[in-house]
Amino acid sequence: MKFVHGVKADITADIVYMMCPMHLLKLEEMIRGLDQGQVLEILTDYDGALDDIPQWCERTGNEFIGLDEAEDYYRFYIKKNSRR
Amino acid sequence: MRRCYFDHVATNPLLPEVLDAMMPYFKDNFGNPLSVYDLGTTARDAIEKARQQVAGLINAKPPTVVFTSSGAEANNFALRGIAVARQNKGKHVIVSKVEHHSILNSARFLEKSGFVVTYLPVDKLGIVDPDMVKKSINKETILISVTHASSEIGSLEPIREIAQTAKELGIAMHADGVAASGNIPVDIKELGVDLLSMAAHQFYGPKGAGALYVREGLRIAPLIYGGIQEGGRRAGTENVPAIVGMGKAAEIAAQEMLVRMEHCRQLRDALIGGVLKLPNVYLTGHHEARLPHHASFVVEFIEGEAMLLMLSVKGILSASGSACSSRALKSSPVLLSLGIPSALAQGSIVFSLGIDNSMEDINYFLEEFPQVVKKLRDMSPFAKGWGPGSGGADGESCYTGG
Repeated sequence: MKFVHGVKADITADIVYMMCPMHLLKLEEMIRGLDQGQVLEILTDYDGALDDIPQWCERTGNEFIGLDEAEDYYRFYIKKNSRR
Repeated sequence: MRRCYFDHVATNPLLPEVLDAMMPYFKDNFGNPLSVYDLGTTARDAIEKARQQVAGLINAKPPTVVFTSSGAEANNFALRGIAVARQNKGKHVIVSKVEHHSILNSARFLEKSGFVVTYLPVDKLGIVDPDMVKKSINKETILISVTHASSEIGSLEPIREIAQTAKELGIAMHADGVAASGNIPVDIKELGVDLLSMAAHQFYGPKGAGALYVREGLRIAPLIYGGIQEGGRRAGTENVPAIVGMGKAAEIAAQEMLVRMEHCRQLRDALIGGVLKLPNVYLTGHHEARLPHHASFVVEFIEGEAMLLMLSVKGILSASGSACSSRALKSSPVLLSLGIPSALAQGSIVFSLGIDNSMEDINYFLEEFPQVVKKLRDMSPFAKGWGPGSGGADGESCYTGG
């Protein structure tokens, strides 16, 4: 797992306490609204996201920048590379 | 026989145009909103339209409205959802003593789960003192929940002032708006709360539909886990017809609000004026700052239940205390919190009016009610000064009113 600190995001989606599959649905929805090169930050406490989000990025051609651990949730950073 | 339905805080009749809006979603448009084919998208679009309509009623953005199955669920969701989401920050919650059971019992549940709850006292008119709220706050406080208006005594609470304090200190503020929303103007921005509960059947919508307003960016844990309905915040296949009905009822309530309020206020004032002509009868709750359709009293020396039964025989339908405590035949904790003696609180009666009532209803009631009171007092040992807590002999009052 790639750990990062101090990544600047263009937009944040806070889905802490939301369960599967909200992390993937929100990810897809938010990425769709971004321009290429922009960075999305997703806040979630759902452990399944540790596998799912990097895999989703690989599958969709977006860049998984890394993960930052907050007190009781994770901050995921994703850069939009795909056209869609 | 004339039927006078004076129990609108228990529930309201459904407006015909609301039923018309709902019908297609019972019949042809029965799809699951999550389905990808057109039956699904039709249902999904209907829910989103209802979300806009409900948001419009309280001047909120549509995504801040989370549909629930009832006002009680919205209240449970608010208290338990915020408690879970903020438990690492602190474990202290403040509620008032005039809350509905769905708040008080949720608070008790939190106490059993390790939270500390302060139950705020109220004054003789049932009003929470915002300074008392300030004094009750400590560094562990994560949530304050105060009803916008009590369904038992109708008093309007100083939500805006309390919300201001909560905001300054970063404490989540919830208002139980079930009795108030749809009946008096509610602007969420003006009110300043983070969470607000609503129920459709309080404004001529169907039962089985409620909503919780959740301020944008406020973290809340779901009460019900499952699918992705309501953005993952409230799982369970949506009650599409009821939600559509709630939306339509909200839209009509927003349009007709002021006319309805004025209609009800006139009837209510006539009712209060007439009832207070009787000796040893007291208005409970605030005299002016109260729901426009609400009149509540305690009638000395007799029991609320007996009045209800005798009135119902005459086609006059009312309540004694909340619908819940009425069935449990116990003194209302809300009335006791106003300092009303227990014996007197037994004589509680609540009339809540609506758009289906007329001045003829009030006149008919005012002819019948004094006879009911007289008949019951003639039978009552308390009226003869025999019972405990009944004051002096021969019906002398032990109470000076609120």
